[in-house]
Amino acid sequence: MLLALIFIPFLAGVLSLVSRNANLRYFLLGFASVSHFTITVLFWFFPPAALFNNWIGLDRIGQLILSVTSGLFLGAGFYAISYLKNEKHQQIKDFQEDIIFSNVPEAIFICCMLFLLASMTFLALSQHFGLIWVAIELTTLTSAPLIYFHRHHRSLEATWKYLMICSVGIAIALLGNFFLAVAASTGGEKPVSLLASELVKYANVLNVKWLKAAFIFILVGYGTKMGLAPMHTWLPDAHSEAPSVISSLLSGAMLNCAFLGIFRTFQVCTAAGLADFAGDLLIALGLVSMLVAAVYIIRQADYKRMLAYSSVEHMGIVAIGLGLGKAAVFGSMLHLVNHSLTKAALFLVAGNILAVYKTKRTNDVQGMFKVIPVSAFLWLAGILSITGFPPFGTFISEFTILKAGIEQGRFFVSGAYLVLLVIVFIGFATICIRMTQGSPEQGIEKVALKQRILSVVPPAIMILLVLVLGLFIPSSFKNFLHGICMLVGGN
Amino acid sequence: MLIEFMMIFLTLVNLIILSTSRLSTCIKVIAFQGIILGILPVAEGHFDIQLVIFSIIAISVKAILFPSMLLRTLSQLNIHREKKPYVGYGMSLLIGLGAIVLSWWISKNLPLTVAPASSAVLPVSIFTSFVGLYLIITRKMALTQVIGYLIFENGIYMFGVILPQKQPLLVELAVLLDAFVAVFVMGITIFHISREFDHIETDQLSTLRS
Repeated sequence: MLLALIFIPFLAGVLSLVSRNANLRYFLLGFASVSHFTITVLFWFFPPAALFNNWIGLDRIGQLILSVTSGLFLGAGFYAISYLKNEKHQQIKDFQEDIIFSNVPEAIFICCMLFLLASMTFLALSQHFGLIWVAIELTTLTSAPLIYFHRHHRSLEATWKYLMICSVGIAIALLGNFFLAVAASTGGEKPVSLLASELVKYANVLNVKWLKAAFIFILVGYGTKMGLAPMHTWLPDAHSEAPSVISSLLSGAMLNCAFLGIFRTFQVCTAAGLADFAGDLLIALGLVSMLVAAVYIIRQADYKRMLAYSSVEHMGIVAIGLGLGKAAVFGSMLHLVNHSLTKAALFLVAGNILAVYKTKRTNDVQGMFKVIPVSAFLWLAGILSITGFPPFGTFISEFTILKAGIEQGRFFVSGAYLVLLVIVFIGFATICIRMTQGSPEQGIEKVALKQRILSVVPPAIMILLVLVLGLFIPSSFKNFLHGICMLVGGN
Repeated sequence: MLIEFMMIFLTLVNLIILSTSRLSTCIKVIAFQGIILGILPVAEGHFDIQLVIFSIIAISVKAILFPSMLLRTLSQLNIHREKKPYVGYGMSLLIGLGAIVLSWWISKNLPLTVAPASSAVLPVSIFTSFVGLYLIITRKMALTQVIGYLIFENGIYMFGVILPQKQPLLVELAVLLDAFVAVFVMGITIFHISREFDHIETDQLSTLRS
């Protein structure tokens, strides 16, 4: 069953590459995302057995990341079908500059989307550090063509930066993996293998110096992919130039996947008694990320870039939560889910705004309630959620992290965290509320909801889920999250 | 002794790459590095059939496939030299010499748990990684940056070779496959860059800011 999860999207991707019929490709995309989601849901009730000497297996953190990925892909897949149907196939005139461009052939686009799903699934299931590395590099390579969907010079620039910066980052993580192997070779005895579970089990015999070096290199390497500042520079470009549906997948699912690599290394570090060392590094990078994001979000002129910087901020929050440890890990895991759902929804709605207004400048978007009322409502709700406003789930998770920070007596960290959250809130609120109010410029017509039903249902469901998580967390899910916290010494 | 000779050669070709502006020479150096890296695990002394097969695969990918893909990209571009790097070639050579000293000093102070077969491999691996990163940072052309990425990865790969604990064969193969796909995707991207901009200088890729 575990292999089916990887191979269904992979085979569907290959088929969509060779098929000549557009409707067949849409069907393949829909079929793969639905069946992937169904199997993932089944795994919650029937835990699958591990394969290949535990190299491929589903543990709790993997299950969390896999479920988020699968759910988001289900939404994004159907949104993509509606998006591709409305996208013109001939030459398109750019709305920012006076240039004409075409799109990447649909077959390649759908194929890469499905390959991206396959590689993210592979990553969530990998239990061996070598495989984790391979899978993270694969997610970079399969998503690069997706960013270059609109073939013009800006998206090309974004793709190149993404490819180069992330590849170098991930190569640094490979060096970190080798350091981990040095730490695991304990001299006379048989070396500990690089399976995550083995490393945790024999953590007390690992060489501490090399383990520290390994964590630093892996944090920098996978941190590049996760979008932690100051290695985040590719992220705003890639997220703003990619089609919105891809931005939502990159932001909502792929950043989490890179986080999984860091989480597993952190798990080894805590088992080896390095929780303070590794935690402080995570907190430092997290605070820098929040600071950089706050600086760029205020007075941001491009709403997709604004969302991208917000991803940097939230990855920082997740890193801080993990770094603080104990009760904050619970908040961090909850925040991972909340952020993914909210951000994916916001990017999808941003795609709807872009389709109607044909501009990414916040100043040129006005009167959304009069033109696209449903999207405007979702946009407002999403903005409130992303800034951590009650009653949304993000409020609970951000508050849990803050509370844990204060309880641990880390007043500087908690204070900086709170101030930066407030700054981001002000930045978001002033920009986004203005977008929904007022009256639209001439020439922008009201769009009938029926035409684009698929483009509002997925984000609506995601926002609803975040709202539910804010009002009530089922006790079984709470226990599940506590189980993840126990992996890294939390409770 | 064989390993020491190979390491001296590697150091020399790294210096060549720092000081040349000809892109085709850079690509030939990549091929040369690929051969040495492929032989290295076998030259280290353990001889078993699995290792030999992997060596053959590694050589055919690193020394034949990558260079031919890069040469093909180069022939599509109608460019032969990197004209204006951020740091001049003479200066790069001097920095390279400094980096050699630095990498020997670093490797002397690294507390390796198990001694490698030759003490020269570690410093040369650090130096090679340095040269790779240096190329990515100081050269403007997209193609040279890809070459830098490959050299960087070669340096890291060398570090992996001297480890007492070998990565499982499957993982090694997967890493090679990843590098292959990376070069493939980057090659296509370079082709598109050259078509879109009529050049492949990445300092012109600066529209997207803040």
